[in-house]
Amino acid sequence: MSDSISLPPEDATAGKEKMKLMKNKRLDLSYVQMKWESAFRGLLRTMSGILVLIVVGVLITLIVESMPSIKSLGIKYLWGKTWDPVNNIYGAYPFLIGTLLTSFTALIISVPFSYAIAIYLGEYNPKGWLSNFLKNTIELIAAVPSIIYGFWALFVLVPAVRTLEMKIGVAPYGVGIFSASLVLAVMIIPYAASLGTTLIRMVPSPLKEGAYALGATRFEVIRSVILPFTRSGLFAGVLLSLGRALGETMAVTVLIGNTSAIADKFKDMFFGPGNTMASVIANEFAEADHSVYLSALIELGLVLFLVTVVINLIGKRIITKFTNH
Amino acid sequence: MESRIGFRNTKSIIFKGVIVFFAFVVTIPLIIVLLYIIKQGVTQVNWHFLVNVPAPVGEPGGGIANALVGSLIMVLMASIVAIPVGMLGGIYLSENPGTRLAYYSGLCVDILQGVPSIVVGIVIYFWVVKPIGFSAIAGSIALAIMMLPIVIRSTEQTLRLLPDSLKEAALSLGVPYHRVILKVIVPCGFAGILSGIMLSIARIIGETAPLLFTALGNSYLSANVVKPMESLPHLIFTYATSPYDDWHNLAWGASFILLLFVLTLNITTKLITRKWNIQL
Repeated sequence: MSDSISLPPEDATAGKEKMKLMKNKRLDLSYVQMKWESAFRGLLRTMSGILVLIVVGVLITLIVESMPSIKSLGIKYLWGKTWDPVNNIYGAYPFLIGTLLTSFTALIISVPFSYAIAIYLGEYNPKGWLSNFLKNTIELIAAVPSIIYGFWALFVLVPAVRTLEMKIGVAPYGVGIFSASLVLAVMIIPYAASLGTTLIRMVPSPLKEGAYALGATRFEVIRSVILPFTRSGLFAGVLLSLGRALGETMAVTVLIGNTSAIADKFKDMFFGPGNTMASVIANEFAEADHSVYLSALIELGLVLFLVTVVINLIGKRIITKFTNH
Repeated sequence: MESRIGFRNTKSIIFKGVIVFFAFVVTIPLIIVLLYIIKQGVTQVNWHFLVNVPAPVGEPGGGIANALVGSLIMVLMASIVAIPVGMLGGIYLSENPGTRLAYYSGLCVDILQGVPSIVVGIVIYFWVVKPIGFSAIAGSIALAIMMLPIVIRSTEQTLRLLPDSLKEAALSLGVPYHRVILKVIVPCGFAGILSGIMLSIARIIGETAPLLFTALGNSYLSANVVKPMESLPHLIFTYATSPYDDWHNLAWGASFILLLFVLTLNITTKLITRKWNIQL
């Protein structure tokens, strides 16, 4: 500092000042940049923190809001057989059964189809226009909104089911667990199918070639090389489908008939109307007028949330394990 | 020996036949649904249908203007929230794959992806509807939550595939980190991110369950975001389950429009991914 004051020549001082200014400017600039940089990094971190907050928030909200029902109804709520909000009796058994029955029926129907698609697209015909057509069709199945499936099924499938029910001698409701399962089956095919396709394509070709060299036919290669190799991955695909089926709301709500009473005989139950956890929430949440009723519904939501989370995480875990091999 | 091989070959061929049959049978329900919706819906749609609100029972005519406007407003608001958050979250996940936050945040993406949409509806009911009432804002937030995981995953996966050299080159020139990301990395992965965003919009535009007790529905045309608002899927749900034929026709028309939106978005995404050769 004292140097610049004691030096008389004007131009030298100016030059030095200028340099200092420039240096400061550059320093300032890099400070600004650094500030921006760390602000940006902070922003990125916040945004992914928000995600964690949302999920934790969802869990906490569900737990807190279902507290009244957990406290007053206890654990036996889950297998209480009667659901009668007017008389303040709550039992979730009809919905648990309804959910399990629709989901697993749908799963059983859908698995052969999704495995067939996976094997066809993964092994028989991985390229070409026909496989592209099939692949795009499968993706469109997943893209069509569930309310549209429900609406269509209500006017086309339900009358058909009604005729079928008359033929086999059960009460011809048309709507019910069976109809809902059929539509659900179509809706969940894409999830297992697209994952299965990817995994079957990942089977190392030396394995397959080895089997062919030993004289195996194509069927034998698929049965004894490809399927055993991809077994866990295909199972994960089925789990993801199951997760979808459990939580699917709209198509099921439209089709299931919405009865909280449950028939005793399996045949009547299977073809008759019912309710799933998701559909009962969709139907009754808005009209739940006292706190226990409301929180009993939220407890169903909590159960649904936990079950789907567990299923999805197991599925994802299997997939990451599989793809990391 | 001869016959044994013949048997095995026949078995193989029969198996292939069964597989092909099962694989292609799946296309039938989709084609039936699409054709039926188009057949029922296309006769309903005209200019009058698009610019009017639903008529009361018994009166002819009426349209779905309230649902169209509502759906567009809510999807727009959801996108405004979810796209920046999702992209930044995705960037974080692809840039810091090893950190603890990335692990938990990735876990939460997986969880959110699997959460039943009705549960999101319940939660938003307590977060937004309880304080400010049934409103379009509540609906949009629910939709934004449904949208987030898709945007995040597509951003993350697209950016992961970009070569590291791209980023290193920019950094070595002294470009600050945020400019590297925003001016180099994101533009390079733009097509992939865009197609993820479009897929997520296609997904939420058809979501009904999260709107049931958030945006609620409204039979009048409304652009007020703190009041209940109608949406296409919700209109279809209410009118499809009503006992009146006029309303069913209205719902068929609305289904046709909704399907048109969803298919257009999906096919455009397909074309984008094919053109830029993206693996999603």
